[in-house]
Amino acid sequence: MGFLSTTLSVSRYHIQNKFDNEPMEQVRKGLVKHAIPKLENEYEEISAGWTPYESPYLPDFEKFSFVFGPYFLFSLRIDKKSIPAKLVQKQMAIEIEKKKEKSGRDFISKNEKSEIKEMVMDVLMHKMPSIPNVYDILWNYESADLFLLTTQKAGNEFFETIFLKSFNLKPIRIFPYTLVETKSAFSSAQKDRIMTLTPLHHVR
Amino acid sequence: MLDIATAYNKYGFLGNDFLTWLWFIIETDQDITRIMGSKEPVSLDIGNSLVLENTLGDKSKEKITIKGDQAGLEEGTTALKKGAKVTEMNLLCTLGQEEEYKFTIKGESFNITGLKTPAAGRDGSDDEIEGLILEKAHLLFRITQVIDTLFLAYLYLRTADDWKDNGLRQMRAWIYND
Repeated sequence: MGFLSTTLSVSRYHIQNKFDNEPMEQVRKGLVKHAIPKLENEYEEISAGWTPYESPYLPDFEKFSFVFGPYFLFSLRIDKKSIPAKLVQKQMAIEIEKKKEKSGRDFISKNEKSEIKEMVMDVLMHKMPSIPNVYDILWNYESADLFLLTTQKAGNEFFETIFLKSFNLKPIRIFPYTLVETKSAFSSAQKDRIMTLTPLHHVR
Repeated sequence: MLDIATAYNKYGFLGNDFLTWLWFIIETDQDITRIMGSKEPVSLDIGNSLVLENTLGDKSKEKITIKGDQAGLEEGTTALKKGAKVTEMNLLCTLGQEEEYKFTIKGESFNITGLKTPAAGRDGSDDEIEGLILEKAHLLFRITQVIDTLFLAYLYLRTADDWKDNGLRQMRAWIYND
């Protein structure tokens, strides 16, 4: 499983604010409310939501825990349908040929072509299974530290959106500036000094 | 706090400057344990890759990538002389006597890739899962704590009144092999 893999990729977050009460219950509610649907929506291109770490393909938070010692550990699953361009091209060619035969014409209009494309995309989207991507999340609620086990931009963006929607807590991505703001003990004067720094000029 | 996207672009250089400084303290055998104020020994070595970038006059970028287990880093120091900064580096970190970590860190984002932590002891049973998770989480926090502490130590030195005399001057001496 991802988190216990030999090699990890990690992006880090600081979670701004806290729940008013019962953090474990609030997290459970958020996870259940925004869990990925058990059944795939055949027409949806992208579907994303939470799933238990130990059960990425059967999102059952009653059966599987998300609490491990002082940490919350769960996963974000993003299911995406991806239709290869060459498949669209092939189906388009077949449908255009059918249309020409049916109409007795040796050409089709631009509008007809658009309609065919829409129809082809609908059919393929319906038939195509989603490809799941699972990204594990380790959250130390007390210290407000969170690790998302991916550095892919799309994964980060989905995570940030769904996390805020689920828990009403803002995840702040950790990079040099935010590390100073959220994790340092620098005084305001020291922070001001850091913020006036310019790139190091080490060339003579 | 500044808008996140604005801050990311405006202060991304701090991460690259930090990695460049990190290379300097590693190559000049400085006492990382002391710099961090750590109670246990901490050592760092450059791993098998180093990426530098130099913004040229026309705002185009020159990228220098050095890869390989025994790669010489001379091209890197040559790039430094032209004004390049380290933007990504693979590091080997040892905590205590034998707790070894290997990872690649990007200066701009502090994203960590290819992180190998010490092996967690496993016997494959389900009962072990929670123990393994707690151990892995502990290791993950340990190594990120090292990065954070070093970065904040760098900023402390960089904003000190004597930075030009005690930090920058030594870095330049290393770069130009004085």
